[in-house]
Amino acid sequence: MSARSNILNKLRAGLAGTTPRPDDFDEGLVTTPWQYAAEDRITRLRTLMEAVHTEVHQVTSAQWPAKVQELLESRGLGNLLYAPGTGHGRQLAVHWQRSCAKVQLMVYDRPIEEWKDELFWKVDASITGTVGGIAATGSLVLWPDRHEPRLMSLLPPLHIALLKASKVEDNLYGMMQKHNWSAGLPTNLLLVSGPSKTADIEQVLAYGAHGPKELVVLILEDA
Amino acid sequence: MSQRIPIKELTDSFRGRAVGALADDQLRTNFRVAMDSLMKKRADAFPDEDEREGLRELGNHIKARALSRLPDLLEQLEAKLTDNGVKVHWAETTEEANRIVHSIIEAKKGAQVVKGKSMVSEEMEMNDYLAERNIECLESDMGEYIVQLDGEKPSHIIMPAIHKNRFQVSKLFHDKLGVEETEDVNELIQIGRRTLRQKFLEADVGVSGVNFAIAETGTLLLVENEGNGRMSTTAPPVHIAVTGIEKVVENLRDVVPLLSLLTRSALGQPITTYVNMISGPRKADELDGPEEVHLVLLDNGRSGAFADAQLRQTLNCIRCGACMNHCPVYTRVGGHTYGEVYPGPIGKIITPHMVGLHKVPDHPSASSLCGACGEVCPVKIPIPEMLQRLRQENVKSPAEQPKVKDGGAKYSRKERAIWRFWARLNTSPVFYRLFLWGATRLRKLAPKNVGPWTENHSAPVPARRSLHDLAKAHLNQGDR
Ligand code: SF4
Repeated sequence: MSARSNILNKLRAGLAGTTPRPDDFDEGLVTTPWQYAAEDRITRLRTLMEAVHTEVHQVTSAQWPAKVQELLESRGLGNLLYAPGTGHGRQLAVHWQRSCAKVQLMVYDRPIEEWKDELFWKVDASITGTVGGIAATGSLVLWPDRHEPRLMSLLPPLHIALLKASKVEDNLYGMMQKHNWSAGLPTNLLLVSGPSKTADIEQVLAYGAHGPKELVVLILEDA
Repeated sequence: MSQRIPIKELTDSFRGRAVGALADDQLRTNFRVAMDSLMKKRADAFPDEDEREGLRELGNHIKARALSRLPDLLEQLEAKLTDNGVKVHWAETTEEANRIVHSIIEAKKGAQVVKGKSMVSEEMEMNDYLAERNIECLESDMGEYIVQLDGEKPSHIIMPAIHKNRFQVSKLFHDKLGVEETEDVNELIQIGRRTLRQKFLEADVGVSGVNFAIAETGTLLLVENEGNGRMSTTAPPVHIAVTGIEKVVENLRDVVPLLSLLTRSALGQPITTYVNMISGPRKADELDGPEEVHLVLLDNGRSGAFADAQLRQTLNCIRCGACMNHCPVYTRVGGHTYGEVYPGPIGKIITPHMVGLHKVPDHPSASSLCGACGEVCPVKIPIPEMLQRLRQENVKSPAEQPKVKDGGAKYSRKERAIWRFWARLNTSPVFYRLFLWGATRLRKLAPKNVGPWTENHSAPVPARRSLHDLAKAHLNQGDR
């Protein structure tokens, strides 16, 4: 007999004569304490993210590329990984051309195997979009795809994330329901709530464990 | 402290290791400081008692519901994952699980493995198994890395290196990595980052654990703060997740309360930095992520606990570590004293099912039953009740057919006879009076040495007059 059937048989024997417990999931418990007025939602997200060393800026949909340029130049960084196939990527490229920005733009356009070394050690910063944010926990929702692969938000020491103010939900449950996640998830869905950190030595908090040392969130006001 | 028992002879036992740990001031300070801080963080993360209790109740119901349909959910999970392109494997024993992992690595001719934090892989002693087969298996969680570098085992399920302070880590890095000593924690972490990043780059296979496996969507959910979990599950061409069969939950929405309970109970965080939800390998048009994803479902005694409706509750555990953070015994003796993968209260109730009571005969009794663990457990496992049950199973005679692996490990005819005598003494008035009469008159003959009790206390001596006697005299006086 296979391990599979042995395990399942044992479990079934243990349940003999019982009925499954009813599904009494009470969504009020995960929504009611985590609801915010429209004007508080962004403040809450901001406060929580800043508490864990995230840099947050509120900018307009027109201005943000200039903000990105400023962030990179003030840090003296040499390059930025971006996704030219996305709307925000195109907007960034246009700005870069117009302003003759010096920071070199890089593109994640081939399988990781072809440029692992470079991606691991040579990329200074990356910019990605997000599909939304969660006010209750101060989290970004990332939905990696071909244009913005999984490692794009993990390897560069600085990660800049764009978040549309209108895409911030009160809580994780609301986010899941609204976008019907259970009907189809990407290969890798991520909630990101700050730069990488650890408290493994004496519980002293240190940022930049394995992922980005810095996370900058640009909240885009739609006006 | 015991002078009569040489410590060395006892280090194979919980008691012996406890004696050593209690005498180690540095260790005790490290744990005391850490546990105090973790307790405070948890308390701060649950400012509203009603909210907390409502959520714990819900967490308990979700896990109980999942367990009440466990075999069906495991099959559903397998079917969904298979649809998503993940290969599912089943293992009854750790040996089997290791063989599966090894064969996957071998098929890829892999020589280097990086591991995100996984307690199940510790259960399997995967590192040793692979090392014997010339495969390097490197821990990548900072705490686990430190512990591995020093040839140790984790002392806490969430904070593996909690028993060490910065000076000890600095010395370790200096000795093993040849770097300058530094007392700056940030600098120490950066040393770890640089060393491990190269390993992530080179690794052929990444191994991780799983926090929740979602049957509805075929998703493996992992929580972490460092990013090493994301690295291990994303950068190498193959990802192998190993997990216990009890980790499956029914619906995606079920993880919402569980996630909140887990991160708040464990570290006092509203959420971890990363929540990593993996639903499949790299798709044809994607540019990164592993080409192969495997899930190994391990039993290792869990189905034994499952067989008994009361003990089944042990499998509610979401491995938050809160029970150990709040345990007065754990805080004093530290994680290594337990001598097994899972320390503290959860270790005491789960380990017997994995390794048998013969191997951990003192586990059920190494508790004052103060109840703190049960009170903080986010999924409401009645840990003290489990301990009491295990104590009973631990002293059952073979004829009583103990229900736990190697039950009856502490069964002793002599002890049984003494208890029978004691019960008889206290249930028969004639016998009781006779004994009292003798004990008060022969009090000088009471033994001076009554085992472990007299190591720290003076020997009990019967009173000259019994309470019965005194009460009678008192009442007679009142009558007059
Ligand atoms: S038994 Fe409860 S408190 Fe202890 S680790 Fe498991 S879930 Fe946490």
